Amino acid sequence: MAVIEVKNLSYVYSKKTPYEKKALDNVSFEINEGEFFGIVGATGSGKSTLISHFNVLNKPQTGSVKVLGMDCSEKKNFLAVRFGVGMVFQYPEYQLFEDTVAKDVAFGPKNMKLPKEEIDRRVKESLDLVGLPYEVYGERSPFELSGGEKRRAAIAGVIAMEPKILVLDEVAAGLDPEGRDEILKLIKRLQKEKCPTIVLISHNMDDIAALSDRILVMANGKIELLDTPKEVFKNVKKMTDLGLGLPTATGMQVELASRGVKFDDVCVTFDELASQIEKIKAGGNGYVS
Amino acid sequence: MFRDISFGQYYPASSPVHRLDPRIKLILTVLYIVTIFFIETYFSYLVTFVFLIVVILLSRVPMLSVLKSVKGVIFLVLFASVLNLFFVKTGEVIYEKQITSVWHFMITWDGVHNSIKLTLRLILLIAGASIITLTTTPMRLTDGVESLLKPLKLVKFPVHDVAIIMSIALRFIPTLLEETNKIINAQKARGASFDTGGIFKRAKAMLPILIPLFVSAFRRADELAFALDSRCYNATEKRTKMKKLKMHFSDLVATLITAGYATVIFLDRYYFMGLDHMFFPEVF
Repeated sequence: MAVIEVKNLSYVYSKKTPYEKKALDNVSFEINEGEFFGIVGATGSGKSTLISHFNVLNKPQTGSVKVLGMDCSEKKNFLAVRFGVGMVFQYPEYQLFEDTVAKDVAFGPKNMKLPKEEIDRRVKESLDLVGLPYEVYGERSPFELSGGEKRRAAIAGVIAMEPKILVLDEVAAGLDPEGRDEILKLIKRLQKEKCPTIVLISHNMDDIAALSDRILVMANGKIELLDTPKEVFKNVKKMTDLGLGLPTATGMQVELASRGVKFDDVCVTFDELASQIEKIKAGGNGYVS
Repeated sequence: MFRDISFGQYYPASSPVHRLDPRIKLILTVLYIVTIFFIETYFSYLVTFVFLIVVILLSRVPMLSVLKSVKGVIFLVLFASVLNLFFVKTGEVIYEKQITSVWHFMITWDGVHNSIKLTLRLILLIAGASIITLTTTPMRLTDGVESLLKPLKLVKFPVHDVAIIMSIALRFIPTLLEETNKIINAQKARGASFDTGGIFKRAKAMLPILIPLFVSAFRRADELAFALDSRCYNATEKRTKMKKLKMHFSDLVATLITAGYATVIFLDRYYFMGLDHMFFPEVF
């Protein structure tokens, strides 16, 4: 079942001024329930504009967007859509504002007008989930946390609303490798426990390839490719030309192939590459020379 | 939400007005503003209006951009003119009514003329003043201000510091607007609403925007200070400019045209004592 349906969507910024810019150009696709949906594209390719439509932060100019069966052009649906789709923007730590972490996490649920006990339950649960135990972090000021902790606190603020769909824009940007691993682990866990449908924007092809069921490749406001990671990264030249590059494993595979190693299949993760190489070694039939 | 703010937004185009020296533009704008306050007659308003239209056409800025900057203050203008209408008590009476023993309500012809003139004056003033920011990049504008304030160096006024502060402030307006937009979006995504409820509720709803905005403004200021320090920026040294301001023939022409316009206005007021009697004899 499709939870997000985008049909012939176009969007133009600053219409009829010298700053006019076409951000989206006739985009159509669907995201299914339970799917891990990756979006990649160079800076300015329209990714952020696209996802802001999932939350009616931009109203569709032409074309239509349906989220959880609700039409995003109708004003009465706005709040329901926003509560159905959790949005974690780039550098979400900059949206923290309350004097304690717990209060900040409670901001979303409070806007949903939930009863107090339910809010408390959700705050505790989501803080525990992101690895900032309520007892330790709940009463601290969000401004004295470290960068990675701040980001996790901000994510807790979004998942406390228990959205059906979680949209993450460059969620690991600017974190150290350890913080990055933690965030990615967290996302995997979230998909299992909280929100089954996840949309992830990333410039890191390794993350995208390892996590996504399907990948949408955007360039200049248009859809270039929409397929499984394997099918997408088969287009080695196209992905390089778009300035996006390949997962490290695929890059190594390309490099090995150019030196005469023959592979049966495209690998997008190291595990796949390793098992392929195992197979070649065991069979001894991979080498050309 | 803040995309529509046009006052102070540079409109890129290639026109004689864009190319004028910013110092000349600043001086001429001041002259224009001063002149407007000397206007007494409808005839002069007509002249000002024509002058303004010609300047806008020459600048190739669409009329809509100029009107947008007027739109921002239209409420203030209307408020002021309505007050004028009710509180001027001289001239021929059109309508009067004793409401209470102390409040004598009356509208007079003087009041009507005053409020029309006030409205015209403010609109022409704002439209005229917005042309300079629409046609001059913030960098050139600050260069112009710095150059004009140079004489103040004699009394140890830190002209260059003021100029750099001004250019930083102008430079960060769009950045902070963008930042505000991002924060608004993030809070909206968490279900915040900014346009419902009474005035207190609305003011309180601004907190989730203002606090992160201030935090990031301070962070940016810190980073900028570091960046300036690390490049050994020193405002007190004798600094040279990459793009030196130069006067051209067109600056002279612009000055003459504006001076001519101002002369007409002053003549109308002090020499002819108001030309309205001549042009609209049946009204006055």
